[in-house]
Amino acid sequence: MRMRGRVRTGLKGWGGVGAMAAVCALAFAFVLLLPLTRSSGDGAAATGGPGLTRAEQAADDNPCDNPAIKTHPEEQTLSPSSADGTTIDKIKAREGAKRKLIVGVDQNSYRWGYRNPNGGPQADLEGFDIDLVHRIAQDILGDPNAVQFKAIPTNQRIPAIQKGRVDMVVRTMTINCKRLADVAFSAPYFKTGQQVLAPKSSGIKGYDGTLAHKKICTAEGSTAFSQLDEDKKAGRLVASADLRTTVPSQLDCLVRLQLGEVDAVVTDGALAASQAAQDPTVELKGSPFTTEYYGVAMKSDADDLVRRVNQILVDYRKDTTDGWQASYDRWLSATLNESSAKSEPPPPKYLRKS
Amino acid sequence: MTHPPKSSAAPPGSGVPTMPAVPPQPGPAAPAPQAPPPATAPDRAPARRTAFAEGFDQLRAAATTEPGRLRIIGAALALLVVLFGTVTAWQTNDRAAAADDVLHKSQPLSSAAADIYRYLADANTAASSAFLAGGQETAHSRELYEKDIDLAAAGLVRAASNSDPDSPAARTVAELNTLLPEYKGLVERARTYNRQGFPVGGAYLRYANEKMQDQMLPKAQNLYTSENQRLRADYADATPYPWAAIGLGVLALAGLAWAQHRNYRRTNRVLNHGLVAATATATVVLLWLVVGHTVARAGLNDSYDHGVRSLNVLHDARIASLKARGNENLTLVARGAETVTKKNAQGVDVTYDAYDYDFDKDMDTLGKGLAQASKLADDSSGKQPVTAAEGNMAVWKQRHSAAREQDDNGNYEEALLRVIGPKGATGECFDSVDDNLAKALTHEEAEFRRSAGDGLGAMTGLSAGAAVLAVLGAAGAVLGIGRRLSEYR
Repeated sequence: MRMRGRVRTGLKGWGGVGAMAAVCALAFAFVLLLPLTRSSGDGAAATGGPGLTRAEQAADDNPCDNPAIKTHPEEQTLSPSSADGTTIDKIKAREGAKRKLIVGVDQNSYRWGYRNPNGGPQADLEGFDIDLVHRIAQDILGDPNAVQFKAIPTNQRIPAIQKGRVDMVVRTMTINCKRLADVAFSAPYFKTGQQVLAPKSSGIKGYDGTLAHKKICTAEGSTAFSQLDEDKKAGRLVASADLRTTVPSQLDCLVRLQLGEVDAVVTDGALAASQAAQDPTVELKGSPFTTEYYGVAMKSDADDLVRRVNQILVDYRKDTTDGWQASYDRWLSATLNESSAKSEPPPPKYLRKS
Repeated sequence: MTHPPKSSAAPPGSGVPTMPAVPPQPGPAAPAPQAPPPATAPDRAPARRTAFAEGFDQLRAAATTEPGRLRIIGAALALLVVLFGTVTAWQTNDRAAAADDVLHKSQPLSSAAADIYRYLADANTAASSAFLAGGQETAHSRELYEKDIDLAAAGLVRAASNSDPDSPAARTVAELNTLLPEYKGLVERARTYNRQGFPVGGAYLRYANEKMQDQMLPKAQNLYTSENQRLRADYADATPYPWAAIGLGVLALAGLAWAQHRNYRRTNRVLNHGLVAATATATVVLLWLVVGHTVARAGLNDSYDHGVRSLNVLHDARIASLKARGNENLTLVARGAETVTKKNAQGVDVTYDAYDYDFDKDMDTLGKGLAQASKLADDSSGKQPVTAAEGNMAVWKQRHSAAREQDDNGNYEEALLRVIGPKGATGECFDSVDDNLAKALTHEEAEFRRSAGDGLGAMTGLSAGAAVLAVLGAAGAVLGIGRRLSEYR
C-alpha cells in the first residue's frame, strides 16, 4: 500500500513528466514508422505475381470505360478448361477436415440460398445457388458435401474474395463492369433484371413516376442501389424518391416493407419473386428495367479456377437429369415462371484472353 | 454563549452609540411635535428600539444582578441542550432515513435494474437459440423466453413505481416499456414465418436482435448505472459523522461544566442536582450519538464493501456471461456474415468473426469479474459458487474452441450440436455459470442485508431518544438554576 502510494506521488512529480515524454516519443516513433509499414505492404503485394499485373491493369483502365465491356460484362470470362492450376492445387492440398471448398453464399434468399426453418437442427443451406456449389465441390474435390459455407452480406462479397476468406462467391451476384475491376467472374448461369416490389394495394405501378416521394429499400452494395443512385443522378428516376434505407441483405427489405418503414423494394427480379412468395400481399410491379446475369465470382488471378468453373457450368447446363434445369424446376419454377426460358442465359462467350 | 454574563458591561458594544441618545429622550418628549421634519428618522428609531434594544436593555439591566445573571445562564444552558438534542435528532433521522433507503429502496432497485438487463438479454438469447435449433423451438426454450419477458415487464413496473416522475430513470423505464412490446411483436412474427418455412422469419429475428442490442440493452444498462448512482448517494448521505450535533454536544457539556464551576466558586457547593442531571443526559446523548453512529457506519461500510461491491461485480459477471452466450449463438446464426478487422500483437491487420471477437471479450470480462468476486468473497460459502463458476467457465472455453474448430472446418451441424446440443454442449456450461452466479448473488445479498440491517439497527431510537433526553436535560438545567435562584427570594 505504502509502496503504491509512493509510486503514485512519484508519478505526480517528475515521474509523470517522464512518462508523458515517453508517450510522446512513442507516438512520434509511430508516425515515423507509419510510411515504412505501408511500403512493406506494397512489397508483399509485388510478390503476388500475375495477380498484381491484372489488378494494376484494372486500376489503370477501368473496365467500365470500354463500351464493349460495359454493355456485355458477362462475356468477359475465360474459356472453359478442366486442367488443374495453382489455385485448384491449393484447394486440393487442404488436409483432413479442412479439405473443403470455402464458398460465400447467402442464407436469406428464399429458394436460392437459405436454411429451411422447419428442417430441424440438421438442416443445412439449400436452394438453387447451393445446388451449384455442391456440383462444383463434386467436380473439384470429388465430394458434393466437401463445402464450407460462409454467409456473406451483400456488401462483403468482394472484400471476402479479395482477402481470401472464401474461394468463390455463389450468391446471386450480378456480373458488371465495376466488379470486373476487383474480381473475376465465371460465365453467366442465370438471367434476371431489376424489378420493383411493393404492396398490391400500393399506387406504385413500376419503375416510373409513381415512385415519387416514396421510400425505396435496397441492399447495401447491391447493383440495385448503384443503378437507382445512377438513375436518380441522371434524371431517369424521380428526384423525390428516397433511397436512404439500405440493409445488409435484400430480405431485410421485406421486413422494412411489412413494417411500413419503406414503400417499395428494388432488387433483382429473381429475388423479388422470392420475397413475394413469402408474402401474398406484395407483388412485382412492372417489368424488369435492366438485364443482368448472375456469375460465380472468384479472385482476379484465379484463372485456373475460373476456367474450371466455366467447364463445370457447360456440363451442368447440358445435364438433363440432375443439372441446371432440374435445379430450376426444384427451386424456382414455383416462384418465378413455370418455364425457365426467361431465366436461361444465352450461350456464353469467352472474350477474356488473360 | 458564555459571554453575556461575564461581560455585563461590555455586551452592548453595538448598542453603545444608540445608548447615549436614550437618556435625553424623556426630556424633549414634550416639544416633540415642534420638530416634525427631523422627526421622521428618530421617530422610526425608537419604534425599532422597543422591539430589539428594549429586550437588550432588560438583559443588560438583569445582568447587573446575580439572580438576573442566573436567569440568563439557565436560559442559555436550557437552549443549548435543547439545540443539541434537536440537531442530533435531525441529523440522525436523516442518516437513518438514508440507511433505510439503502436497505429497502436503492439497493433492491439497483438489483432490480440489473435483473431487468439480465431478463432482456436472456430472452434475446433464448430467441436466437430457438432459431438455431431450426425454427421450432422446444417447449422449454419457449417457456424460458416467455418467463424472461414476463419478469422483465414486472421489473419495469417496479422500477417505474419507484422512480421519481420526470427523472431520467423514469424516462428510461418509459422508453423500455414502449420497446418491449415492439421487440416481442418482431419475435412473434419471426415465429410465424419460421413455421411457414420462410427465411424472412430469420430476418425478423435479426431485426429484433438489432433492436435489443442497439436500443434496449443500452437503456437497461443506463437504468442500472443510474440506480447504482442513487445507491451510492444514499450511502454518502447515511455514513458521514454528524459533526454539527457532536460539536453542539461538546459545547453543551462545556457550558454545563462552566456553570457548575461558577456555582462552586460562588457558593462552595459541589453538587447541583439539576445541573448534574442535565450533564448526565447530555453525556448519554453524546455517547449514544458517537457510538451508535460509529457502529451504524461500520455496518453500512461493511454492507458496501462485502455486499454491494460483491453484488456489483457478480451482476457485471453475470451480464458478461449472458452477452458471451448471446454472441456465441449469433456467431452461428450469422455464419461469418459479420467481420471486424483488428491489429494483432505484431501490428498486422487480422479479420475476425465479429461475434466471436465479442465473445472473447465478454469471456475476458467474465473471467476478470469472477477473479474479483472471488477476492471479494470473505467466507467459504460465498467463495464456493464463484470457484465453481470459474471451473464452468474453463470448460465452456474449451468446448467453445472445439465448436469453433468444427465450424471453421465447415462442420456446421457438428458445431451447432456442440453449442446448443442436448449433451456436452457449451449451453450446459453457460447454465452452470449462471446458476452458480445466482447462488453467489443470493449469498451476497443476504450478507448485505445483515450488515446494512445491523447498521440501521444501531441507529434505531437514536433520534427519538436524543429528543426526549434533551428535553429532560434542559429541564434539569432549568431546575438546577431555579434552585439557586430560589435562594434569592
